[in-house]
Amino acid sequence: MKKIPFLKKLHHRSVETKYMEDRAAVLGALKDASRRDFLKLSGAALGAALGAGVSLDGYARSFQPITLAAPRGAEPFRIAYISDSHLYAKEVNDRFVRSLLRAVDDVNRMDPQPDFVLYGGDLAQLGQKEELDLGAQILKALKAPVRMMVGEHDWYLDLGGRWRELFGEDRYSFDHKGVHFVVLNSVVEKDFWTARGLSPMERMQTVAGLDNGRQSPFTVGDAQREWLKKDLEKLAPNTPLVVFSHSPLYKLYRKWNFWTDDAEEVQAILSKFDQVVVVHGHTHQVLTNRIGNIHFHGLLSTAWPWPYAPEGLPELTVEMGRPNPFDPSDGCGDGIIRVHPDGLVDKVYNLWNRNPLTVSRSYTSSSGREDRPQAPGLRRF
Amino acid sequence: MEVAPRGIDPEIWKALVPSENPLTPTRVALGERLYFERKLSRDGSVSCSTCHDVRKGFTDGRLVSEGIGAKLGRRNAPTTLNAALQRDQFWDGRAASLEEQAGMPILNPIEMGQPSRDAVVRTLAGDPDYVRLFKEAYGREPNYTDLERAIASFERTLIFLDSPFDDFLGGKTEALSPDAQEGWRLFNGKGRCVACHRLNASNPLGTDFIYHNIGVAARSRDFEALAHKASGELGSEGASKETLDKLALETDLSELGRFLVTRRRADIGAFKTQQLRNVGITAPYMHDGSLQTLWDVMDHYNKGGEANSYLDGGIEPLALSEKEIDQLVAFLFGLTDHRFADLNEAARRKQEERAHMTRPLRDTDLALRKVLPFEDRVLERKR
Repeated sequence: MKKIPFLKKLHHRSVETKYMEDRAAVLGALKDASRRDFLKLSGAALGAALGAGVSLDGYARSFQPITLAAPRGAEPFRIAYISDSHLYAKEVNDRFVRSLLRAVDDVNRMDPQPDFVLYGGDLAQLGQKEELDLGAQILKALKAPVRMMVGEHDWYLDLGGRWRELFGEDRYSFDHKGVHFVVLNSVVEKDFWTARGLSPMERMQTVAGLDNGRQSPFTVGDAQREWLKKDLEKLAPNTPLVVFSHSPLYKLYRKWNFWTDDAEEVQAILSKFDQVVVVHGHTHQVLTNRIGNIHFHGLLSTAWPWPYAPEGLPELTVEMGRPNPFDPSDGCGDGIIRVHPDGLVDKVYNLWNRNPLTVSRSYTSSSGREDRPQAPGLRRF
Repeated sequence: MEVAPRGIDPEIWKALVPSENPLTPTRVALGERLYFERKLSRDGSVSCSTCHDVRKGFTDGRLVSEGIGAKLGRRNAPTTLNAALQRDQFWDGRAASLEEQAGMPILNPIEMGQPSRDAVVRTLAGDPDYVRLFKEAYGREPNYTDLERAIASFERTLIFLDSPFDDFLGGKTEALSPDAQEGWRLFNGKGRCVACHRLNASNPLGTDFIYHNIGVAARSRDFEALAHKASGELGSEGASKETLDKLALETDLSELGRFLVTRRRADIGAFKTQQLRNVGITAPYMHDGSLQTLWDVMDHYNKGGEANSYLDGGIEPLALSEKEIDQLVAFLFGLTDHRFADLNEAARRKQEERAHMTRPLRDTDLALRKVLPFEDRVLERKR
């Protein structure tokens, strides 16, 4: 892959500005083409003209084992992920149900099957029994074992009651092929509802909203941080460690709760390790960050893509481009996490209507100097 | 020949006719003769007009077309009426112009089966009439490029945009029956047809010229398996025009549609939004000719297409009533050019009769969302 110099620190640009810049680039590339040439520029050719063309060939192969040079003679293993399906009762919305089914099909077609499937949280939209039950029913069809993580949309109607009945503990850890995995509940909020006399559904809807000042920010919380410390205490600093959290364990954009309020304290607990990978849901987009020894990767949603936050975007992130507003699947998807024996990962974003994007271990470990992924650019404009 | 056909703005027409092939009467005359010329096929049995029959709405009325030696292809013949107004040609847009399209079926082994361009040119060069006609049209000996240009020139005269609907738009309200008028309202409203079938003064064909998976191919094929196969056979460099043509007409991969051309996942099972002009006389419908009547087409859309991973996001159940379906169909029959009025009425009667007997795709439960497409699968609910 082509190496390009490490990007200069990005100055702030609004979503609209970035869109207009992308658009100008597209139109600029086409400006000199005659009408007939333009007509000949079919989708793929247009994509290539935009410097965005990775063939689908890559996608078909992305679900097949790829052997990379691995240290200590060991092989990487693969985890599939599905996240943020936001299921409603079927009478309200069945599109998201179909999307989750599509992700289940994707994962079930992997050959060989992944070692396990991470579900990244927000299975339900409003934490209701029928939403969670429907999700659980659909996930049963997965052939590989499933590891569940909780999101705030699953939690704040009954404070995890139904979710725990279906899936068990919301925080746990396990070891797999020499890698220690931790699953956190990172969406713990302080009680903002009792004093206001909110009903469970009012509480849920407050948490589900953006840009409101009523709810408190997400945290991992004192109790869980203590648990985490204990869980990690006996591990040597060179232990490969992967942490799953629903919200990013850093502070990206407070107003949308792309944020964990005690992120620094959690990062401090993780600081004794040589390197740690944190994989988070919640943000519904291609998102990459690195803070010291911690490499962060976001998950795609099956339901909808969020735009990038207007500020705070980590400079390592290669943006996935503005999804086509006329195409509900664009910008959504699922993916693969290829875990190397040192615990670092190649993160494959399987964008449904575009070619897949791989953020490789060498990209994050070189802080963006090597193997910069090619952005899956605008395709359908 | 500089004059634009009725219904097309002269400036637009100027832009549509390529500068390297201006329309002249001699070129159209040569093209017309070639269009009906069976000698263009290997065994002298098939001409352009075999599958684009002037008596059948410039298509063939078959599910899929039949070439030399009764060989069947995989795609339904699109009409050559108004083909000059298409942005690109074929169901998957694999030809960028009429000229490019015109030369392809002649060489396709299961259509007209000629072994090479030279073989075709030799045949024409041996015929003094053609030597003269080529000379008059293009000032030189018969050659393949001019053959393509001449056929394209003839096809540019096949503009048929003069229908009751156009009279209606022109202010003659009574040109459409009250039912058809209601159908036009549904077309732009509850039926949401207009989302892809753009139909107005600037878009006279009623198409957005792009490609959508509406689930027709999904009825019988496993897309993901085919997509894997396709990416292997096509390789990373893409296929030559000839290979693409063969894949589209002779293999199961045909069902992948636009994907074969772009190899973009969003195009798996996607086919071009068809024009709606003269739709009443160009049955059967869809890329595989699998729908026999416009009622079947309405039933297909009404139940939200056919569920598959790549279904276009705009395809949703529509909850149209039987009356509304009849009204939409009445409107669609109003899009046929006056010159085919008799054929149109005969086709309408025939379709109506058939629709009274059989409506294989009607699924009211799905259309009204009493049942959702995923429920059979997830909830193991049997209907």
